[in-house]
Amino acid sequence: MGNVPSAVKHCLSYQQLLREHLWIADSVPGALDPAQEASPLSGLPEYVKIVEVGPRDGLQNEKVIVPTDIKIEFINQLSQTGLSVIEVTSFVSSKWVPQVAAGATEISVFGAASESFSKKNINCSIEESMEKFEEVVKSARHLNIPARGYVSCALGCPYEGSITPQKVTEVSKRLYGMGCYEISLGDTIGVGTPGSMRRMLESVIKEIPPTALAVHCHDTYGQALANILTALQMGINVVDSAVSGLGGCPYAKGASGNVATEDLIYMLNGLGLNTDVNLHKVMEAGDFICKAVNKTTNSKVAQASYNA
Amino acid sequence: MATMRGSLRQRLVGLASVRAVSTSSVSTFPKRVKIVEVGPRDGLQNEKNIVPTPVKIRMIDMLSEAGLPVIEATSFVSPKWVPQMADHIEVLKGIQKFPGINYPVLTPNFKGYQAAVAAGAKEVSIFGAASELFTRKNINCSIDESLQRFDQVLKAAQAAGIPVRGYVSCVLGCPYEGKISPAKVAEVSKKMYSMGCYEISLGDTIGVGTPGIMKDMLSAVMHEVPVSALAVHCHDTYGQALANTLMALQMGVSVVDSSVAGLGGCPYAQGASGNLATEDLVYMLEGLGIHTGSVRVSKKLLEAGAFICQALNRKTSSKVAQATCKL
Repeated sequence: MGNVPSAVKHCLSYQQLLREHLWIADSVPGALDPAQEASPLSGLPEYVKIVEVGPRDGLQNEKVIVPTDIKIEFINQLSQTGLSVIEVTSFVSSKWVPQVAAGATEISVFGAASESFSKKNINCSIEESMEKFEEVVKSARHLNIPARGYVSCALGCPYEGSITPQKVTEVSKRLYGMGCYEISLGDTIGVGTPGSMRRMLESVIKEIPPTALAVHCHDTYGQALANILTALQMGINVVDSAVSGLGGCPYAKGASGNVATEDLIYMLNGLGLNTDVNLHKVMEAGDFICKAVNKTTNSKVAQASYNA
Repeated sequence: MATMRGSLRQRLVGLASVRAVSTSSVSTFPKRVKIVEVGPRDGLQNEKNIVPTPVKIRMIDMLSEAGLPVIEATSFVSPKWVPQMADHIEVLKGIQKFPGINYPVLTPNFKGYQAAVAAGAKEVSIFGAASELFTRKNINCSIDESLQRFDQVLKAAQAAGIPVRGYVSCVLGCPYEGKISPAKVAEVSKKMYSMGCYEISLGDTIGVGTPGIMKDMLSAVMHEVPVSALAVHCHDTYGQALANTLMALQMGVSVVDSSVAGLGGCPYAQGASGNLATEDLVYMLEGLGIHTGSVRVSKKLLEAGAFICQALNRKTSSKVAQATCKL
């Protein structure tokens, strides 16, 4: 861009820009002036469900002790944003019964597309983990409790390196077959790029309908939104993210973690896709939790707005 | 002869636009992408801390060693406006000119152009904007008047055989006007291209764009300028830069501007981030199997980023640089 002298003072304030411009407006149908509404990019799903994993994946990987009252307030604030799914469950082992007794309405099981990762993480092979999950999911379904399946290392493993799309498909198919209603494909260490995302999804979509798939992209190498865009272009319409991009990467010291919900919503709003989520409220929740745990936000949208 | 050249160009433009309509596949990408490293100019000029001349020279030399094919070295602008670029003559004269690497410089007017050529510039850049208000606030004239001012530069450059790159600011949004019509971007781009710019770099100056808006803007511009003459220059103010760049690649754009370490804040949003980080861009291109010449996410590239961040006393904005995971 050219040289910019002192004229900046006279530009629209950022708060004004946030309020008035369609690419940052609330995603509420009919709320925008129809003449200004962005027409959705063709070929993309009309509605995208965001699964907020901040309270679970985010805070756990921040390795901070969050007082219970803060956590409750954080989740309460998130509940006001329009987010339809907020993950608060922690890792489910065979001891899932207490969670159910505590009122859990959904459970999650965590598989991996890498034998090494599975062994290091949960001390058993993929096959052994699937057998355990089978029991858990069956029992949950018996109680009408839906189960979501996660597949870690879908685009790469910190121990094995590259992971074949075929392996991801095999594990996903297994989880789907045992009754998981949705399979979240995780780029656990954020090494994926649009090419590897496309190849992996092409393989998985042959066995599982795209409507039952989600992507869970980490932003360790800054690739998350580009990877998510690719997934959307392939018909995926469920995306996991974490407010403020909380959660580092346990395999890369100093690296960033989850993709920031604010930045994801910004992109989806700009694409004209419906999410039913209020970006401003999400930003407020993000501001709250960052102050509470004394962390700088990883959301670029938040950085651009709160310092203005 | 001129008429024949004009009609040939029109045919090429027509072909380009047909290709644009059909290149909407997720998996179609250019085989090669040229990266234009703008850290030493766009990056540094938006950084608050003034960097000493020897540091700037070392930074550019390190970027040359990292294999970047084009490195925008400095801006021949009055120090009154941009103090960071006050040492433009020393920088251009002091850097090592690696064979096969271009070192364009920004020339905001004819005086700057003359000084640049005298200092050894072999390529220059000029800029326009797709927003009347932005142009008015920035340089106190209309878009048309601003382009007329560059006419002298373009004629002199053409006579001297010096290629001229054109920048268009605010292509996806303006801090004053808000929404910018793709038709306006196409109009300004067409003018600059027909005036003689060999390449038009389309800049999302305040980073507000998202992939759909990028696609609409490029569709309009590609009706007027062949895609091979287009570049995108995305700012990461709202974290959209790489996704927007991906969309541009899917549309057939094969030249991308970026800055090592994602330097440069945003003068319109204090605390916001700046340019797309070269390291993160190269990571994506490598992952896509797209040829980038000699550039890799190499030790040399990462060292160049670390070097300038240390000099600026700031953290890198590149996620790749932040991740220490050795994969």
